[in-house]
Amino acid sequence: MIDFYKNNTLQYNRELCNNCRFCSDVCPHAVFERTNGVVNLVNPGNCMECGACQLNCPTGAIKVDSGVGCAAAMIYAALTGKKEATCGQ
Amino acid sequence: MNNNVDYNREKIIRQTNSLLTFANRWDHFLKRLGINRGKNRIKPGLYSLGNPNSKSQIFVSANYTLSFDALRTALGGTDCYILVLDTKGINVWCAAGKGTFGTNELVRQIKLTGLRDVTERRRLILPQLSGPGVAAQQVKKLSGFNVEYGPVRANDLPEYLKTHKATPEMRRVKFNLGDRLILVPTELTQATILIIILAVPLYFIGGLLPVLAIAAAFLAGVVLFPILLPWIPTPHFSTKGFILGALIALPFAIIEFFGKHGIVLWQRGGWALSYILILTPVTAYLSLNFTGATTFTSRSGVKREIFAYIPKMAWMLGGGIVLSVTFILINLLGT
Repeated sequence: MIDFYKNNTLQYNRELCNNCRFCSDVCPHAVFERTNGVVNLVNPGNCMECGACQLNCPTGAIKVDSGVGCAAAMIYAALTGKKEATCGQ
Repeated sequence: MNNNVDYNREKIIRQTNSLLTFANRWDHFLKRLGINRGKNRIKPGLYSLGNPNSKSQIFVSANYTLSFDALRTALGGTDCYILVLDTKGINVWCAAGKGTFGTNELVRQIKLTGLRDVTERRRLILPQLSGPGVAAQQVKKLSGFNVEYGPVRANDLPEYLKTHKATPEMRRVKFNLGDRLILVPTELTQATILIIILAVPLYFIGGLLPVLAIAAAFLAGVVLFPILLPWIPTPHFSTKGFILGALIALPFAIIEFFGKHGIVLWQRGGWALSYILILTPVTAYLSLNFTGATTFTSRSGVKREIFAYIPKMAWMLGGGIVLSVTFILINLLGT
């Protein structure tokens, strides 16, 4: 069985990275790791597409189609044609 | 950003402390049950904890009581400021995902509270999980304040503050049994309402067994599933739910098959099958919905699950309902 969660939309261009470390600070799943002053993409399959790394990357080295992985919100949006709601909406 | 804000209004610094009162604990208890989740919000603005001075650290939090209380209790004995954002009563991570714990609101509160005049410090400590909403470089550009991301959990702050360096453990979000169990009461409260709504017509149609069966399917989805999540084989929430739902439906199907006396074998088999067809997708659907409560599911992964399994759930449920209605009609017509 294919694991739907192992492939995601995360893309990292190391050439653009300035090693500011913000991506490894904000990532809750240790997708990035800074070793010897260089940030590497070490666990891309762990990415949950929260978008924190992309938003905090000053050089645009990270691209991800971010959003909340909530089936209830996505189904509700599909059925009603409304914008995807998150908790509290 | 809202440009109609009166930045010249009176600057207020509210006092807080690190103690949890009975009222705080009661509020936490109700919120864990999913009751009054949007109520008892913390007033957005600047708070002082202990006796801070112009060089004291500044922490940022959401105006959700559980978030704010976790921070202020973890900072017991620390003289500091806490800047509370207006996240509409939503916790840090969810509010960041929604953008209410975001760059614009942070910059707005910095200006509203006159933070630049209160302190010489130009560094804010934000919860790590606010990252999806806050662009650190933008905050610096718009307000002059640097952003430092603290650990995921507030109770790691005392250790973090010794070096201002988070260990890999502090940076990782967890989803262990305790984390999953704490979500069960909220899910259960919502499910109970649905069970009651369904129980009344089901009782008049088929008696007690269908009521117990649908209650079991719901409870499997909102109580058993969160507990058993890592141990049910298969990588997808839906397939895990199908397995759990089928296991829950099986005893009811057996009772129906052997308990229905006076009707022919194929009808007993049909009734038993309808229990499997209806209960299994109910549990599977509730299991899929648990994706929103977890700490690791990606949007693209959930989307693929929806496309792969929602049609299967719909066909199963539809088939089960058609089968049940057919047998009800056969019984009514006396054939």
